[in-house]
Amino acid sequence: MAEELQDPHVASKKIIAPGYTFGTVTDQIATVVLTKRTPVFWFGGFAAGLVLLFLFLLAVGLLFAKGVGIWGLRTPVMWGFAITNFVWWIGIGHAGTLISAILLLLNQRWRNSINRFAEAMTLFAVACAGMFPLLHLGRPWLFYWLFPYPNTMGVQPNFRSPLVWDVFAVSTYATVSLLFWFVGLMPDLATLRDRTHNRFARFTYGILAMGWRGSAKHWSIYETASLLLAGIATPLVLSVHTVVSFDFTIAIVPGWHSTFFPPYFVAGAIYSGFAMVLALAIPLRSVYGLEGLITDRHLENSAKVMLATGLIVGYSYMMEFFNGWYTSNVYEHAAIWNRMFGPYKTAYWFLITCNIVAPQLLWFKQIRQKPALLFMSSIVVLIGMWLERYVIIVSSLAQDYLPSSWGIFRATKWDWFTYVGTIGLFLFLFFLFIRLLPMISIFEVRTLLPQAKVEEEGGN
Amino acid sequence: MSNNPENHLDLATVRDRLRSTGGRKYWRSLDELAATPGFADLLHREFPRQAIGWSDDENPGEGRRNFLKLMGASLALAGLTACTRQPTEHIVPYVRQPEELIPGRPLFFASAATLGGVANGVLVESHEGRPTKIEGNPEHPATLGACDIFSQASVLQLYDPDRAQAPTLNGEISGWGSFFGSLRAMLTAQKAKNGAGLRILTETITSPTVAEQLKGIQKLYPAAKWHQWEPAGPHSARAASMQAFGQPQNTYYDFSKADVVVALDSDFLASGVASLRYARQFSARRRVSEGKTNMNRLYVAEPMPTATGSKADHRMPLRAGDVEELTWALATTVQAAAGGPKTNDNGDIYRWAEKIGADLLRSKGASVVIAGEYQSPMVHALAHAINAKLGNVGTTVFYTDPIEANPTDQLASLQDLAKDLDSGVVDVLLILSGNPVFTAPADLGMAARIQKAKTRVHLSLFRDETSQVCQWHLPEAHFLESWGDARAFDGTVSIQQPLIAPLYQGRSACEILQSLSESPEMNPYVIVKNYWSSQHAGADFDAWWRRAVHDGVIAGTALPQKTPALHGEGLTAHAQKRTLGGKLEVNFRPDPTIYDGRFANNGWLQELPKPITKMTWDNAVYMNPGDAHRLGVETGSMVELSYEGRRLKAPVRIQPGHVDGSVTLHFGYGRTHGGRSANGAGFDVYPLRTSKALWQDVGLEASKVSGSYEFADTQMEGVLDPARHIIHKGTIAEYLKDPEAVHDGAEAPAKSLTLYPGFNYQTDEEGRPKYAWGMAIDLNSCTGCTACIVACQAENNIAVVGKDQVRRGRNMQWLRVDTYYAGTAEDPNPEFYNQPIPCMQCENAPCELVCPVQATSHSAEGLNDMVYNRCVGTRYCSNNCPYKVRRFNFYLFSDYETPSLKLLHNPDVTVRSRGVMEKCTYCVQRINAAKMDAEKQDRRLQDGEIQTACQASCPTEAIIFGDINDPNSRVSKMKSQKRNYGLLEDINTRPRTTYLATLRNPNPEWES
Amino acid sequence: MNKPVYGLMAEFDNPTALVAAARAAREKGYRKLDAYTPFPIEELSDALHLHHNKLPLIVLIGGILGGLTGYLLQYYVTVIYFPINIAGRPLHSWPAYIIITFELTILFAAISCVLGLLALCGLPMPYHPTFNVPRFALASRNRFFLCIEARDPLFDTKQTSEFLESLEPREVSEVAP
Repeated sequence: MAEELQDPHVASKKIIAPGYTFGTVTDQIATVVLTKRTPVFWFGGFAAGLVLLFLFLLAVGLLFAKGVGIWGLRTPVMWGFAITNFVWWIGIGHAGTLISAILLLLNQRWRNSINRFAEAMTLFAVACAGMFPLLHLGRPWLFYWLFPYPNTMGVQPNFRSPLVWDVFAVSTYATVSLLFWFVGLMPDLATLRDRTHNRFARFTYGILAMGWRGSAKHWSIYETASLLLAGIATPLVLSVHTVVSFDFTIAIVPGWHSTFFPPYFVAGAIYSGFAMVLALAIPLRSVYGLEGLITDRHLENSAKVMLATGLIVGYSYMMEFFNGWYTSNVYEHAAIWNRMFGPYKTAYWFLITCNIVAPQLLWFKQIRQKPALLFMSSIVVLIGMWLERYVIIVSSLAQDYLPSSWGIFRATKWDWFTYVGTIGLFLFLFFLFIRLLPMISIFEVRTLLPQAKVEEEGGN
Repeated sequence: MSNNPENHLDLATVRDRLRSTGGRKYWRSLDELAATPGFADLLHREFPRQAIGWSDDENPGEGRRNFLKLMGASLALAGLTACTRQPTEHIVPYVRQPEELIPGRPLFFASAATLGGVANGVLVESHEGRPTKIEGNPEHPATLGACDIFSQASVLQLYDPDRAQAPTLNGEISGWGSFFGSLRAMLTAQKAKNGAGLRILTETITSPTVAEQLKGIQKLYPAAKWHQWEPAGPHSARAASMQAFGQPQNTYYDFSKADVVVALDSDFLASGVASLRYARQFSARRRVSEGKTNMNRLYVAEPMPTATGSKADHRMPLRAGDVEELTWALATTVQAAAGGPKTNDNGDIYRWAEKIGADLLRSKGASVVIAGEYQSPMVHALAHAINAKLGNVGTTVFYTDPIEANPTDQLASLQDLAKDLDSGVVDVLLILSGNPVFTAPADLGMAARIQKAKTRVHLSLFRDETSQVCQWHLPEAHFLESWGDARAFDGTVSIQQPLIAPLYQGRSACEILQSLSESPEMNPYVIVKNYWSSQHAGADFDAWWRRAVHDGVIAGTALPQKTPALHGEGLTAHAQKRTLGGKLEVNFRPDPTIYDGRFANNGWLQELPKPITKMTWDNAVYMNPGDAHRLGVETGSMVELSYEGRRLKAPVRIQPGHVDGSVTLHFGYGRTHGGRSANGAGFDVYPLRTSKALWQDVGLEASKVSGSYEFADTQMEGVLDPARHIIHKGTIAEYLKDPEAVHDGAEAPAKSLTLYPGFNYQTDEEGRPKYAWGMAIDLNSCTGCTACIVACQAENNIAVVGKDQVRRGRNMQWLRVDTYYAGTAEDPNPEFYNQPIPCMQCENAPCELVCPVQATSHSAEGLNDMVYNRCVGTRYCSNNCPYKVRRFNFYLFSDYETPSLKLLHNPDVTVRSRGVMEKCTYCVQRINAAKMDAEKQDRRLQDGEIQTACQASCPTEAIIFGDINDPNSRVSKMKSQKRNYGLLEDINTRPRTTYLATLRNPNPEWES
Repeated sequence: MNKPVYGLMAEFDNPTALVAAARAAREKGYRKLDAYTPFPIEELSDALHLHHNKLPLIVLIGGILGGLTGYLLQYYVTVIYFPINIAGRPLHSWPAYIIITFELTILFAAISCVLGLLALCGLPMPYHPTFNVPRFALASRNRFFLCIEARDPLFDTKQTSEFLESLEPREVSEVAP
C-alpha cells in the first residue's frame, strides 16, 4: 500500500501532505461542515445555482403549459437539446462511480480523498440527466407508462425499445450510486455526530449514522460490503452508457446505426466525467485550503485519465469516419459527409478541436501541474463533449434517407434555458452537499496517514 | 313600459345581436342579453299572439318559435352558465327523411360545387346532418368520381368562423327584413325609370335557373344592366371563338383518344374546367402494363413549371408571349395557317415546331393541341385551326354552344359598368358574390368607382374588400346551404341541394334575384324546382326531379356537339414583333391553391403545398436562376417590380425550370379583409394587373431592394440523388427492351434473409384467410395535383398549423407529394418527378420497434396502427421512420374551441390532442366500417369496396388500395408488374405501399 | 458486583497498541471483546478472528433473484400477457431482454448487499452502551478502544481492569449498560 510514502523520489507526488494526524485530518474536513461561518464563496456559488434553477423552473413551467413546441424541434429532428443534455449529464456521472468503484478494485488509494465528492457529483449529474427523458415527452404527465406496472389498460412497456432499457439502466444506476454513496458516508456521519455541538445537527447526523460506532466486527463486514458494491458497480457503470448508446445504435438512422458506439460512448463519458471532477476539485481545494488532501498528484492523475480517454474518443471519431466510408452505403457516406461538411460543420470541427486537439496539451507535465490550465482544459472538454452529442443526434436526424424530408434544427431560447437551468440545479445541489456533508471521505483519508500503519513485531 | 326606445327590443334584434356574437360567446351573450331590461320586458308579455307580432320575419310562425326558443334558453341559463361550449348541432335539420338516418352511419348526397361558375359534381358525406367530406360524383362527367382541391376544401369554407353572419347596413348589424324593406323602396323608384339606375354585377353564371331569373328581371327593368366579372375566367377563349368562328363556342377535349398532346401553356391536367376528367383520360393512355405498352406523348410549352409540365415527355420552357410564335410555327408546319411573326430571339421554337408538327401529322385525328386559358386569343384561334386541320374535331376536340348564360366579353362588360358609374347614372348596384374591388383590373380603380353608385349592396360569404365600400352587406348562403343548379364543362346540369340549413341565415344570389322579380316571396327550393318543372315536358316530373336531385346530374342536359365553320380571316391578324428589350415578361396566373383569392381564408388550401414549388401560405415572384443571378437576388430577397408605372415590392423565389427573361406572379394573395387566415398572407398582385394585360405582357422591371422574406416550404431539398433510388424511372423504349432497367440496380433483400420467423399474414388462428392491406402508387399516372392531400386532411381531421409552424417543419399533413428535379437545380430544363408519400405500413416497421409504450404496433392485417391514447410523445418513432411520414402535435394544434369547426370533424376519427404522434392509417376507419358491413352479411370484402380518401380523390387513379392476399385484386395486379418497387427497400422495411416506376415517351427524333 | 456493567473499555492512541492489546486479550482467553476504531484496520480483524461473514452469499442470491425477475417479467409480458406483433419481431425476442435482465441483476444485488450489511451489523441501532463512556466520542476521531464485555465468562471487573491496565492504555473506564 501507499508505497509512494516510502519512495524518496516522489516527494512531490504525495497523495497527502506530511504533518497530518488523525485529529487534524478529521477536524479540517469536519469544520467545513460544522463551522459557524459560511464562506462568501459558498454563498456566491449557491446563489448562482439558485438563480439558474429558477430559470429552469420557468422554462419547465412554460414547457408543461404549452408543449415541446417551445423548443426548436421539428420533423425530422425530433430530438434536440433534451436528449443531448441527457447523454451529457449521464456521461459526467460516470467519473464518480468509476473513481469510487473501479479505482477501489484496482487499489488506487489516491482516490480516497476525491471519491466522496466525485460520487456526489455522480448523483447530482444523474438527477439532472434523469429529468430530460421526462421533460422531452409530449405528454410528460404520463411518464410512468414507461414502467411495467399492473394497469387497467392491459398494455405494458415495449421491452424491445431502447428507451425502456434506459428507464431500467438509469434508475438502477441512480439507486446503486445512492446506496454506494450512503454506505461510504456512514462512518463520517458518525464522526460528525460525535463532533458537532449543535443538538439538532447531532440528532440528524445520529439518525443518518444509524448508530455506527466503528466496531471492528462492523468494519470487517463493511470492508466486504464496499468491495462487493464496487464489484457490482463496475459492470453497471460500463453498462449504463452502453445502454444509452443503444438509443442511437438500435435506430436505423444513418450516423446512429453503428456497432462501436458503446465503447465510444463509455470512453466519452469517463472523459467528460473526469473533466467535471477537475472543474469542481480545483476551485474547491483552493477555497477551502484542502491542497494538503487534494494534492497536485490527484489533479495530475485525473489529467492522465482524461488524456487516455480523450485518445480513445479521438480514435472513435476516426473509426466513425472509417466505418462510414467502409460500409460503402450511400446513406452512411452522406451522413458522415454531412456531419463534417454539412449544415453542422461548425459545431463538428469545434468539437474536434475541443475533444482531440486541446487535450493533447496534457502530454506535457508543466501543463498537467498547473491547476489553472487544467481547470480551463477541463471546461473545454466539457463543452466539446456536449457538442459531440449534439452533433451526433441532430446532424444525423437532419439529413437521413429521403432528401425531401430533410430539415434543419434551430435551438430556441427555451432550449438554452432548460439546458443552463439544469446546470443551476447541479450547482444548487452540489453546494448544499459541500455545506452539509463532508466532501472528503474522512475515514478513508485517515488510512492514508503513515501512523495508520500497524507495526507488526514479528507478525504472523 | 316598453315604450322607451333604447329599452324596446324585438326578436329580430335579439337574433341579430346573438348572431353578431358568433361562436362560443353565443350563450354568454344571451345571458347578458337576458339581463337587459328590454328582454325582461319582452318576457313579461305573456301572450304568444303578441309575440308573433314582434317578428319581422317573412314567416310569422318563425317569430313564435324563436320567441319560445329564446325564452326557454334564457330561463335555462341559470343552470347552464357553466356550459360555455354548448354544441350548436341542434340547429341542424335533417335534409332527408330521418328514417333514412342510422346514427353513426354517414349519408351521401349528390350536389355540385362551382368554380368560375362551372360545375363539378360532388357527393357530400353527411354525419347526422353535418356535411364533413366532399368527394367526386362518379356519375358526373366532369369529375368521374375524383375531386379537386377546391370542392374538397369548400366544406371547411362552409364552417369558416369568419363568414359574414348577419346583414349589415354601414357596418351596423341589421336584419333581412329591413334590407328587403329598403330594397322594395328602391325597386319601386327604379320601376318608374325602367330600372335605368339598376346594375347587377355577378361572376360567371351558368345556372339555367339564375339565367331565367335575370331574363325576367330584364323584362321588368328593360334599362337595367347585368355585368359579369370572373378574374380568372376564360376571357381569351371567349375572344378567340369570336375571332375564329364569329360566335361564342364552348370547347372541350377527349384525351382518351389522343396519341399526341400539345399543351400550349395549358395546365389541363391540374387546373381549369374538366381538368379531373382530362387527367383521368390522359393517364389512362399513359398506363403501361405487361401487354399494354402504347403510351401517349405530351409536349408542353410553358413559362412556369406546372403539374402538366411535370408529366411532359418534352417540356419546353417558353415565355408565355413566345407561345404565340410557337403556335404560328406549328400551324405553319401542319399547314393550318401561314405567317406569324419571326422574332429570332428563340431559334428553338422552329426546331420544336418542326418535330412536333411531324409528330402531329403522323397522328391525324388522334391528337390534341390545347391552348392555355391564359394565352392570347390568337393562340386559341390557331389551336382551333390546327385541330381542324388535323381532323381532330369530332374525335378528340368537341364544340358546343356556350355553357355560360351570357358569354359576353367580361372585361368590356366591367369597363362599361365603370363608365356608367362615372356618369353617375347608377342608383342601385347589386354585387352578387365576387369581390371586384379586390379582383378587378387595377386601372379600373373599382374601389373608388363603385362608391359612385348611390346604393351599393354586396352579397358574399365574407365581409371582404368589396363589402367595405358597400352600404349593405348580405351574408351569402354557401352552396352546401342552399338550392341551386349549374352547368358542367359540357353543359350537363347538376342540381345543388343543401346539406344543412344556413348556419348564419345566409341567402343565395338566386333568392336575392327572386326578390327583384314579381313574386319575391319564394324560397330557393321552389324557385329551382319551378324552373325545371317549366323545362320538363311530361307528367312524371316529381319522379324525374327526385332522380335528378339524387343522381346529381340531369341526364341529357349536355349541350349538343357541333362543328362550327372556321373563319379564315380570323387568322390573318398577325401579332406584331415582340421583344423584351432588356425588360422582363410578366405572367399573371391564379394561385394554384387559393385561386383568385376567394379561398384565401381556407386553412386547408393555404397550407396545401403548391404543386412543384411546395410552398405554403404565400405567393412569390417566380423567376429563373439566371435572371435571379443577373438581378443579384436569391430566394427570399425582396425586389421592387414596376410595370406601366405601377410598383410593387415582393419576395423572389427561384424556380428551376422557369423560363428565363420572365417572371410569374400568382394573384389572390395579399387580402386585407379576407378573414384571419387570409389577411396578411402573401402580397397582392392585382395592382399590377391592368385591363391591357390580364395574363401577360413585356415591360416589367425588377430591382433588388433591401429586406428579406422567409417562405414556408414543406420540402427543402429537391434535387434527385440517383444513388438513393428514390424514383425509378426510364423511357418506354428502355422499358420494352428490359423491364428491369427502370430499377437501375436498386437492391431489394430477399425475404428469406432473416433469422426471425416471418409473421403469418395469410391465415388467422382458425386457418381462415386474412386480409392484408396494401397500396400501389403508379408514379406514371400521378400528376402531383395534391388533391389527395386535401382529401386526407378532410377525412382524418388533420389540423392546420399556420405559416410559422410550417416554417418550423411542423405541418401535419399525413400524406405529402414530393417533387424532385432530375439534374441540378441550375439545369435550365430539369425533369420533374412527383411522388406521393403516405405511410408505407412497413412489415418490419422501424417505428414500432422503438416505441417504449407500444403505442404503435402491427395489426393482424398488416397495418401499422397508431394508438393516440397510448402515445406519450417520445417522438422516437418519427426519428426512426426512414420515410418521415409521422407527424407530431408539438402544441395543441387541433381546434377544440370554435363551435362551427366542431361540426366539421369526421366523427370516425380521433381529434388528436397535444403531445401525441399521428400518421396515415390507410383510413382504418373506412376499412373497419366496410369490414363490419361484410361481416354482418357474412361475406368477404369485394375488391374496391374500400377506397382510402386519397385514392377516392385521385383524378388519375394513381393510388390503388386493396387486399394483397387476393391475387385478383387491382392492387395485387399492380404490384405484380415489373415496374413495381418499394421505396428504400434496401433497408428491409418491407413496405406495404409500393410504387410503379414512371416512364416517359420521348420523341425519338427530338435530339436528331 | 452490586451494579451491572456492560464491560470495561481501554483507550489507546494508536492502532499498533490496540492490535497488540487485542492479541494479548485473546491469548488471555477473552472472547467477548470488541475494538472500536476510526478507520478499518485489517490486522485487527485477524487479531479478533473476524474474517468470515455471509454477505457475499446474500449478494449472490439477490443477484440471481434479480436476473430471474427481469427475464421472466419480460417473457411473461411479451409472450403471455400481451402478445402483439411489434415490427415483425418474434414474441420472444430474447436478445432484447438481456439488458433489462442484467440491470435488474445489478439492482437486486446492490440492494441486498446494503440491506445485508445493515442486518449483519445490527444497524440501525439507536442505543449502545459504549456511548455512555464520554471519551468514546473520540472513537470516530483519533482514539482506539478495546472493550471486554461482561458477558465474557472470564470477565471479572477487578481482574479484567488490572489486565487492561497492564496493557498501558491512556485510561480504562467502566461501560455502563
